[in-house]
Amino acid sequence: MKQDPALLNVHDLQVRFHTPEGTIYAVNGISFHIAEGEAVAVVGESGSGKSVCMMSLLGLIPIPPGEIVSGTAVFLERDLLKLPEKELELVRGRDIGMIFQDPMTSLNPVLTLGRQLTEALVRHFNLTAEEARNRAIELLQLVGIPDAASRLGNYPHQFSGGMRQRVMIAMMLACNPKLLIADEPTTALDVTIQAQIVELVQEIRAKLRMSLIWITHDLGVVAGLADRVLVMYGGTIVEEADVESLYERPQHPYTLALLAALPRVHQRRQSRLKAIPGAPPHLILELTGCPFAPRCEFVRDRCWRERPLLQPVSPTQKTACFVNPHTGEERA
Amino acid sequence: METNEPLVRVRNLKKHFPIRRGIVFERTVGIVQAVDGVSYDIYRGETLGLVGESGCGKSTIGRTMLGLYPPTAGSVNIAGIEVTTARGAQMRLLRRKAQMIFQDPFASLNPRWTVSAIVGEPLRIHNLEPDRQRRDERVKELLELVGLSGRHVNRFPHEFSGGQRQRIGIARALASNPDFIVCDEPIAALDVSIQAQVVNLLEDLQTQLGLTYLFIAHDLSMVRHICDRVAVMYLGGLVELAASDVLYEHPLHPYTQALLSAVPVADPKVARKRQRIVLQGDVPSPINPPPGCRFHTRCPIAQPHCAQVVPEWRQAQPDHWVACHEVEPKQGF
Ligand SMILES: Nc1ncnc2c1ncn2[C@@H]1O[C@H](COP(=O)(O)OP(=O)(O)O)[C@@H](O)[C@H]1O
Ligand SMILES: Nc1ncnc2c1ncn2[C@@H]1O[C@H](COP(=O)(O)OP(=O)(O)O)[C@@H](O)[C@H]1O
Ligand SMILES: [Mg+2]
Ligand SMILES: [Mg+2]
Repeated sequence: MKQDPALLNVHDLQVRFHTPEGTIYAVNGISFHIAEGEAVAVVGESGSGKSVCMMSLLGLIPIPPGEIVSGTAVFLERDLLKLPEKELELVRGRDIGMIFQDPMTSLNPVLTLGRQLTEALVRHFNLTAEEARNRAIELLQLVGIPDAASRLGNYPHQFSGGMRQRVMIAMMLACNPKLLIADEPTTALDVTIQAQIVELVQEIRAKLRMSLIWITHDLGVVAGLADRVLVMYGGTIVEEADVESLYERPQHPYTLALLAALPRVHQRRQSRLKAIPGAPPHLILELTGCPFAPRCEFVRDRCWRERPLLQPVSPTQKTACFVNPHTGEERA
Repeated sequence: METNEPLVRVRNLKKHFPIRRGIVFERTVGIVQAVDGVSYDIYRGETLGLVGESGCGKSTIGRTMLGLYPPTAGSVNIAGIEVTTARGAQMRLLRRKAQMIFQDPFASLNPRWTVSAIVGEPLRIHNLEPDRQRRDERVKELLELVGLSGRHVNRFPHEFSGGQRQRIGIARALASNPDFIVCDEPIAALDVSIQAQVVNLLEDLQTQLGLTYLFIAHDLSMVRHICDRVAVMYLGGLVELAASDVLYEHPLHPYTQALLSAVPVADPKVARKRQRIVLQGDVPSPINPPPGCRFHTRCPIAQPHCAQVVPEWRQAQPDHWVACHEVEPKQGF
C-alpha cells in the first residue's frame, strides 16, 4: 500500500446499538488508514456499516443506544475517540468536513445562505464581515453557483437538489478541511448532476490537496473517483485494494460476485445477470464466522466458525477470506 | 420474443396538471406540462425502456397510459382497447390486462394485510377465482412463480426483505394474467446484489408468460441489459428512441449523448479516459418550459432556430426516432 504518512489511522473499531429488539453489531472490528491527499471509497450495500463507521469517528452517533466497544482513531496525532466533545466539535468544524446525501439536514432552513456561510468564516478565521462576505462569494463561485453575490440572500429551499449539494460543499470548504467525508452525497441526484458534483469534488481536491473518504453503494462512481477502495459487508471490511486491482482482480468472493452482478453500460447484453442469492445479514447476532458465508459459492466449513481476518495477498490488496476465488483453493 | 405487431400504441399523449392556489376562490396559477405530446409503439413481447432525469414525466406517462390519470390530449391503445375513452366492461378488461409494478410495492397498500390478501386482491376484484379455496391455491402458485414459498401466505409485508417485497408486488401484478406491465423503477430501492435477482425474475416471467414491459428506470446500465428498445425523455417530451444497442453505441440526440456520457462506468481504466459531456445548469421547470426545443437552454449544439421551432419527432434512420433540428437524416433514407 502507499507509504504516505497516514492522516487518519483507525484500529479495531467496534460499534454496537442496544435496541429493544436486541443488540445490533453494526461495526465489527474495522482497521484502515487514509494517507494525506488520498481518495478512499467505502463501498457496500445498505446496512453494511459504512455510515456508522465514519460517524462514530466524529462523535456523531447517538450514545445510547450506540456504544463504541473498542477502537482508536488517530487523526493528526490525537485519538478522536478519546477527545472531549468540545474539541471534537472543533475538529468537525475545521479539520474534517462532511457532506451528506440530504444537504437539508446540515443547512439551516431559516437562515440565508450568506448568513450561514459568513458565520462559519467569522467564527473559524476571525474575518471581518466584509472579508467574510467576499470569501463567501468566492467559495460559491468555486463550486459553480452562478450569480453568487445575489444568491447570498437566498434560503436553502430556493436551490435545486444539485445546487444545494454545491452549497454544502461551499460550506464545508469555508473551513478548508484536511479531510472530507462524503456520505453518499450523490445518491439522490440524477446522473448528469452526479457527474457535475463528482467533477467538482475532484477539482477541489486537486486544488486544495484534501483527503477524501467517499461512501457509496455504487461501484461505478468509485471507479472514476478513488485511489483506494474499502469494501464493506456485514460491518466488516472484506477487501481493501487500490482501485485498479479491485476491478481487475477482485480477491474476495463478495467483491467478485458484486462486480459480476453489474450490467455494463458499454457492453452488449451477453447473458443473464449473475445474481447473488440470499440477502445481506441483519447484524443482530455477533459474528462468529464470515458474514458472507451464507451467500458464498466458495464457502467452507471453517467459514461458519472462524472469522477470516483482512490479510495482504499482494502489495496493493488485502482480503478477508480463506479461499482464493480465482482458483477455488484455500489460501496458504 | 419480440414481434412486429404493436401491443401498445401511444399517439401525441399529453398530461398537464393545473397548479391551483387559494382556498375560497381556487384559481389556476400555472400548468405543469408533465407529458407534452409523446408518440411511440410497444411491440408484443418486447421491453421498451423509458429513461430520463427525475421529474421529466416518466411516471406520469406510465400512469396515463394505464388510464390512472385522464389524459389532457392524445390517445393510448392497449391490445385494441382505447384507454382514453374506455368505459364499463372495456375499462375492467384493461384493468386486468395492463398492470403496474412500483418502486415500493407496499406504499399504497394496507400494512395489516397478509400476503395472501395482497396477492389475492386482484383475483377478488376481477372475480377471477370466486371460490376461496381455489383463490388460495392460485395465490400459492403465484408466490412460487416469483420464487417465494407458498408457506408465506399468512405473513405481513414488514416481515420480508426489500427484494422479497418486490417479488410479492410482482406476484400481485401477475394475478390477473396481464399482457402488459408498466414497471416504474422496480429495482431503484434495492441493493445491488438483489437488483440482479429481480431483473432475472422479470426476464424469466416475460419468456414464460409472453409479457410486454414498459421499463421505467434511471439506471442506464440496467436498462441496456434488460430492454430491447429504449426511449429517452427530457422535460415532458421524447428526444430519442431506438434499439438498445443502437441508442447506446450511436446516440443521435445531444441530450442522449450527455446522459450516456455521465453514466458511471465500473472500470477505472475506462472511467479515467472517458470524455464527459457535462451539461450546464439544471433541468428547467415544466411549468414554463423553454419554447422551441425544450433542451435548447442546455444544448451544446443549439442554433438560434432551436429556441423558436419545436423539432419534429421523426425517423432519422429506419426505426431510430429523434427530435432534433441538428441531427441529419442518414444519406439515402
Ligand atoms: N441510531 C441507530 N440505532 C440503531 N441501529 C442503528 C442506528 N444507526 C445505524 N444502525 C444500524 O447499524 C447498521 C449499520 O448502519 P449504517 O452504517 O447506517 O449502514 P450503511 O451506511 O452502510 O447503509 C444497520 O443495521 C443499522 O440499522
Ligand atoms: N399529481 C400531480 N400533480 C401535479 N404535478 C404532478 C403530479 N404528478 C407529477 N407532477 C409533476 O409532473 C412532472 C413529472 O413528474 P413524474 O412523472 O413523476 O416524473 P418522473 O417519474 O420522470 O420523475 C414533475 O414536475 C412533477 O412535479
Ligand atoms: Mg449510510
Ligand atoms: Mg417517477
